[in-house]
Amino acid sequence: MGYMLSVRNLQTAFHTDAGEIVSVEDVSFDLNPGETLGIVGESGCGKSVTSLSIIRLLGKSGRISKGEIQFENQDLAKMNEKEMRKIRGGRISMIFQEPMTSLNPVFTIGYQMQETICLHLQMGKKESRAYAIEMLKKVGIPRAESVIDNYPHELSGGMRQRVMIAMALSCKPKLLIADEPTTALDVTIQAQILELMKKLRKESGTSIMLITHDLGVVAEMADRIIVMYAGQVIESADVYTLFDHPAHPYTIGLMNSIPTVDLDDSKRLESITGTVPSMYQKIRGCRFCNRCKYVTERCRNEAPPLTQQGEGHLARCFFAGNLPQKKEA
Amino acid sequence: MFNYIIRRILIAIPILLGITIIDFLIVNMAPGNPVDMMVSPNVTGAALELKKAALGLNQPLYVQYWHWLVNILQLNFGYSMTTYQPVGDMLAQRIGPTMLLMGLSLIVGLLIAVPLGIVSATHQNSTLDYVATGGAFFGVSIPNFFLGLGLIYIFAVRLKVLPSSGMFTLGGNNGIADTAAHLVLPVIVLAVQIAGQDIRYVRSGMLEILGQDYLRTARAKGLKESVVINRHALRNALITIITVIGMQIPLLFGGAVITEQIFAWPGIGQLTIDSISGRDYPTLMAINLIAAVMVLAANLLTDIMYSVVDPRVKYN
Repeated sequence: MGYMLSVRNLQTAFHTDAGEIVSVEDVSFDLNPGETLGIVGESGCGKSVTSLSIIRLLGKSGRISKGEIQFENQDLAKMNEKEMRKIRGGRISMIFQEPMTSLNPVFTIGYQMQETICLHLQMGKKESRAYAIEMLKKVGIPRAESVIDNYPHELSGGMRQRVMIAMALSCKPKLLIADEPTTALDVTIQAQILELMKKLRKESGTSIMLITHDLGVVAEMADRIIVMYAGQVIESADVYTLFDHPAHPYTIGLMNSIPTVDLDDSKRLESITGTVPSMYQKIRGCRFCNRCKYVTERCRNEAPPLTQQGEGHLARCFFAGNLPQKKEA
Repeated sequence: MFNYIIRRILIAIPILLGITIIDFLIVNMAPGNPVDMMVSPNVTGAALELKKAALGLNQPLYVQYWHWLVNILQLNFGYSMTTYQPVGDMLAQRIGPTMLLMGLSLIVGLLIAVPLGIVSATHQNSTLDYVATGGAFFGVSIPNFFLGLGLIYIFAVRLKVLPSSGMFTLGGNNGIADTAAHLVLPVIVLAVQIAGQDIRYVRSGMLEILGQDYLRTARAKGLKESVVINRHALRNALITIITVIGMQIPLLFGGAVITEQIFAWPGIGQLTIDSISGRDYPTLMAINLIAAVMVLAANLLTDIMYSVVDPRVKYN
């Protein structure tokens, strides 16, 4: 099978004063060319660490301690820094959550775009400038010829995120990692950016790894979804299966906490009580046991494995498939 | 921008006036006056009173200040009350050596502090970082006179390789090499102090920037770490570095009082000490005025430089 990206048993650890702490554990997934994978979960569950592991930008304290990341038949986990640099920005690129702070305030848009273009596409100054303008037009920036000489602070948040997307796609990456690309934007701009990403995906055939905590966004964009909780994959399925037949109590909880249009005004929106356990806590059993409605003695003592629920549908729960589904509102 | 500069200069005028009034009051409040310094068994009280009247010291303070101000506005610094030379000439003689000494010290200090501050920020909590911050702590803490005397003892007294004081060897050829040899020790003393302060500024300024999102973006583009640090981070850290340089420019003209005294460097710092002990009001006031003008000018220059390095800063 020719997966473009295949992550196997990824484990990422961070060095802290309290010793080495495992942040992401036993994460596996595959991505086909042109496919969009959504990674969802609440803050601190390891979504971003997973994506930063793939592009190997974990900083000085982080390292991939186990597993492999097969990308176009190369293992990124074992690559040295120099080889990795050729891939970053070229074959794999990334857009970040905060468009307001992700661009360097002291360089022009053009300078920052041309930097990547010259590096990976071996273009000259003039050529790269023309290409950068072309890319800016592609992401729907009006007056691209003058915007290219603007500084980031002269543009709005939505415009800056468009610039980030233009920059990320300028070297025609095989894989685009989008870490909460619309979280910091207001809803109308969010819709525009998602529309833009869809359009560009269709044109370029780029695979997208979309990290978000917004289920609406993944429903809109993703072909397949993995749900992460406390550093583990707890459920993965194609988008229809996941929304129609969620198997893990956490996923079910997430689905039930989305407000719907026909929701009775007098009813309180459902929520999952408690918070994600911190990485410092050692948990023997299921990581979700403290917040789970259906918890049993077994869950507290034994960690459930990821089990097959149907074709391409995995869930990490002893009772997956035997739980009450969505509550009707 | 031009309007902004004009406005800043106009605002500086009342500030400067206020500074000179306060300076004048403080200088006159100090016990003693120039005539007291001339007291000797051979001088009669009447002669002293006469001298006081001749120097205008028997007039009320506001009258004295007014005379001083009117003269200054005509660019007349007056005459020294102890040497009877024109103050302007005295300053002109001293400013050269001071600028040479301080300029060199500032350059050496920055050449040490900027790279060391950056490296110690990028290698935070490494041995190198500890050595750099430890060295900076030493540089800030050690008193100038102590380090100066220590260096004189080692290099001038014991090893006899460097001169201990002055700017030229008496009876020597007054060549560049001679002055350079005289510069080594005082420059070391001053540079150690300047670098000690600046390393900490540069380090903390750089540390703040190293955590910024746009550096992650730069790395995600596939740029080399050296480019990420030296281009993307340093350009932003320049704001801190410019602030630091701006604060130290006035030193160029004010001189280093203690260090100049220890090394008998014929600069403004030494002139300051001499004029204080002689209660030489006109000279003291002239030095204060120059220092005040330089502080204001350096602040303005710093603000202008901000807008050069940071496109977000715009004045209008």
